Amino acid sequence: MISNSERPGQCEISLAVNGEPKTVRVYPMARLLDVLRHELGLTGTKEGCGEGECGSCSVLMNGKLVNSCLVPALQAAGAGLTTIEGLAPGPQLTALQAAFLKCGGAQCGICTPGMILASRQLLDKKPKPTLEEVREGLSGNLCRCTGYMQIFEAVMEAAGGNPE
Amino acid sequence: MKEEQIVGKSVPRKEGRDKVTGAARYIDDMTMPGMLYGATVRSQIPRGVIKKISFDSRFNWAEFVAVSAKDIPGKNCIALIGDDQPCLADGVVNHPEEPILLLAHQNPHVLRKAVDAVSIEYEPLPAVFTMEDSERCSQIIWGADNTFKTFLIAKGDIESVWEKADYIVEGEYTTGAQEQLYIENNGVIAAFDADQGITIWGSLQCPYYVHKAMMALLNLPSEKVRVVQAETGGAFGGKEDYPSIIAGHAALLAMKSGRPVKIIYDRMEDMTATTKRHPSRTRHRTAVSKDGKILGGEIEFTIDGGAYATLSSVVLSRGVIHAGGPYYWPCIRIRGKAVATSHPPHGAFRGFGAPQSLFAMERHMDRIAQVVGLSPVEIRRRNFLKLGETTTTDQVIREEIDLGKFLDRALVLSDYHAKKSRFVNENQIGPVKKGMGIAAFLHGAGFTGSGERYLASVVGVEGCADGTIRVLAASTEFGQGTNTVLCQIAAEALKLPYDCIQIAQPDTNQVPNSGPTVASRTAMVVGNLVRSAAIGIRQTLVAGGLHDSYSPEEFQAACQRHVAEHGELRSYARYDPPAGVFWDDQKYSGEAYASFAWAIYIAEVRVDLSTYAATVEDFVALQEVGRVLHPILAKGQIAGGVAQGIGFALYEKVVWQNGRMQNGQMTNYIMPTSADLPSIRVFFEEMGNIHGAYGAKGIGELPMDGPAPAIANAIEDALGTRFDSIPLLPEDIFEAISNSEPSEIR
Repeated sequence: MISNSERPGQCEISLAVNGEPKTVRVYPMARLLDVLRHELGLTGTKEGCGEGECGSCSVLMNGKLVNSCLVPALQAAGAGLTTIEGLAPGPQLTALQAAFLKCGGAQCGICTPGMILASRQLLDKKPKPTLEEVREGLSGNLCRCTGYMQIFEAVMEAAGGNPE
Repeated sequence: MKEEQIVGKSVPRKEGRDKVTGAARYIDDMTMPGMLYGATVRSQIPRGVIKKISFDSRFNWAEFVAVSAKDIPGKNCIALIGDDQPCLADGVVNHPEEPILLLAHQNPHVLRKAVDAVSIEYEPLPAVFTMEDSERCSQIIWGADNTFKTFLIAKGDIESVWEKADYIVEGEYTTGAQEQLYIENNGVIAAFDADQGITIWGSLQCPYYVHKAMMALLNLPSEKVRVVQAETGGAFGGKEDYPSIIAGHAALLAMKSGRPVKIIYDRMEDMTATTKRHPSRTRHRTAVSKDGKILGGEIEFTIDGGAYATLSSVVLSRGVIHAGGPYYWPCIRIRGKAVATSHPPHGAFRGFGAPQSLFAMERHMDRIAQVVGLSPVEIRRRNFLKLGETTTTDQVIREEIDLGKFLDRALVLSDYHAKKSRFVNENQIGPVKKGMGIAAFLHGAGFTGSGERYLASVVGVEGCADGTIRVLAASTEFGQGTNTVLCQIAAEALKLPYDCIQIAQPDTNQVPNSGPTVASRTAMVVGNLVRSAAIGIRQTLVAGGLHDSYSPEEFQAACQRHVAEHGELRSYARYDPPAGVFWDDQKYSGEAYASFAWAIYIAEVRVDLSTYAATVEDFVALQEVGRVLHPILAKGQIAGGVAQGIGFALYEKVVWQNGRMQNGQMTNYIMPTSADLPSIRVFFEEMGNIHGAYGAKGIGELPMDGPAPAIANAIEDALGTRFDSIPLLPEDIFEAISNSEPSEIR
């Protein structure tokens, strides 16, 4: 997974991103956020605050929600990552994405990728969450546009229409 | 109204699919070959003379492109209303974080270190940090008297009212600065080419504001400036005027380096250096009869504009016009003043002065109620504006608005009376105290007074070669739904399916100037122009032989034929002021706005006296916004605005030290999370508006006005202590309780 690099300080890291194996040569303390955006061109993951407060950079790492601005590249070595680009297996939107679209869960859209991944993890843990569980479960992801109400509706809608 | 097929329906957001898949391209998602990164060296002191700029010799400065004021080809100013704000400080600085020097480098990490390796020596000058110090004029920091602008609204004979009054009620109310806190920071890319001129791509609200600023700064003719809006991750007013500054910086670096330059602020730079809501102070003195009727009054509304004039005069204007609330004043005198301080300039933020002056008005109504011995419900009911009465600017109310009826409905929806009597009992024991608070208010849609007449906005609608329709407008989407609503209106006017309509990306080379996307004007004013331009397309095709009850396929074929024969099919509409609308800019009197939206908000608040934290437990937002063009978007606008209003009241506090924001991070400047907010319950009354597209009024700013006073009124109801300043964080509530006279505590 990790091999010494010819360039001083950099190392090679292999990871699986949205099901595809990838190898990048980066500084070990490079932010996972920058690796995704700059090395792999996956710009759906957004930077809002750079300090783990806003959740815009949320991705799923081995199925667990992380703030990619706080994860050093080295820590992601060997991991399986899901970003917003990899959420839907094909051109069809997932039930969750479709619910965000239908219920008004996305306004300016900058928090949306992180918010959808946080919702994905929430529904993975609790397929039929209560409103209170949604409220708590998304409290690490800030949205300045919606006041969250329509995001809650989207998650509840996805939970209802998604019997898995 | 019901004959419409598309307007009034919650069609899918135009750019929604790209937003939920991560495909939407924001400015930081774009890159260009050979692109450099730009950064800004800023003032570390509030005010002073720049004595020396030195560069750490451990850096190889030859690798960097550096730009200072002397590199500016045009005028060193940010052209907006006035031109007092320099693009780069030239010899003196007037606020912390003022830009002094620009650097560009291909490696953003090296660049960040280089910014810290520039040191600046200053000869400090005395600075001014409060409105009171500014008014005392012991230091003159702007103009002759530290005053950017004053307004006077005078209606009726105020001098003789005081002797007729049974009560004279006075109060002073203050509001703090508030950060817009869009989740996407400010950012632009600039590219320069000697033939094409300058192109700016950016996260911004007003492409033509940036266009105007670039012409002046870079000394370029109109056709050599192109401004393109990228997908924009929230704005709320914070990207109204500031993008002209960051665009100017990137443009100067691009011209000097000959390469594209990207500048993206990090969160702390965005919070400490860019605009915020103006802090305010409002003084009320009101003459009231013993039956609770307002006889007249005086209002003094003062805002802290920061170091340069920027938009303060217009923020002040909206603040003074809204200062009297939705009430009838037989006579009134309102004095407004925007003063200079050594803070970074304050700017546009949703509501634009109205949330500040309405906070004061609605707190003051509760004060009047107490003095007169009426309930907060009754005092408002007795003073609401009605059909045929005049506002403080002598604008006649021409719609059959019945605020008493709205109030009744909101009282039922919030279960106000039952809860209030229950809380009186429950609050007797234990540390948890609950209260109910009301705010009644109005918000004028569109530019104030003659503003729309001067703007003379233009919108185009184009029939394309493939038979589809494209809306051409500079009105920008930043979450509120511009793309969707303008396409709905065009579809409705053309009797075509919504999917047949697209909207052009705002690009000053492609779209006419439909005015800035501000002032809750887009659906109402621009929407109407879209409708007119669309009707022009229909008329052209019908005149060319298309029969009147065409199918979408027949329309498409006719459109294709027309473009093939004539080269293009375009129709433009220009704003035409409605007849009989009169505004006197000198007297500040007349029709201030083409329409007002009206609202009653009720907050239920819980204060825990073991932590002094206040939380909102339930929130009812009832409003009349004319025709609701898109129910889901409209509801989202209201809920989002209420959330920001709750933040303004209870969570968001800018901590200043020597004029600089000390808590410029999301860690220590706290906006509401999903766990902090109550259910925000949104209700509409629809009355329609003769001026707006399909009866729409403005909607975006309204919900910012009501939450703060409703919450402060509820906290007073819970605790029996007066709270006349916001924000009210736990330490502020603790302090207010500690400082209140024992007799004031119930």
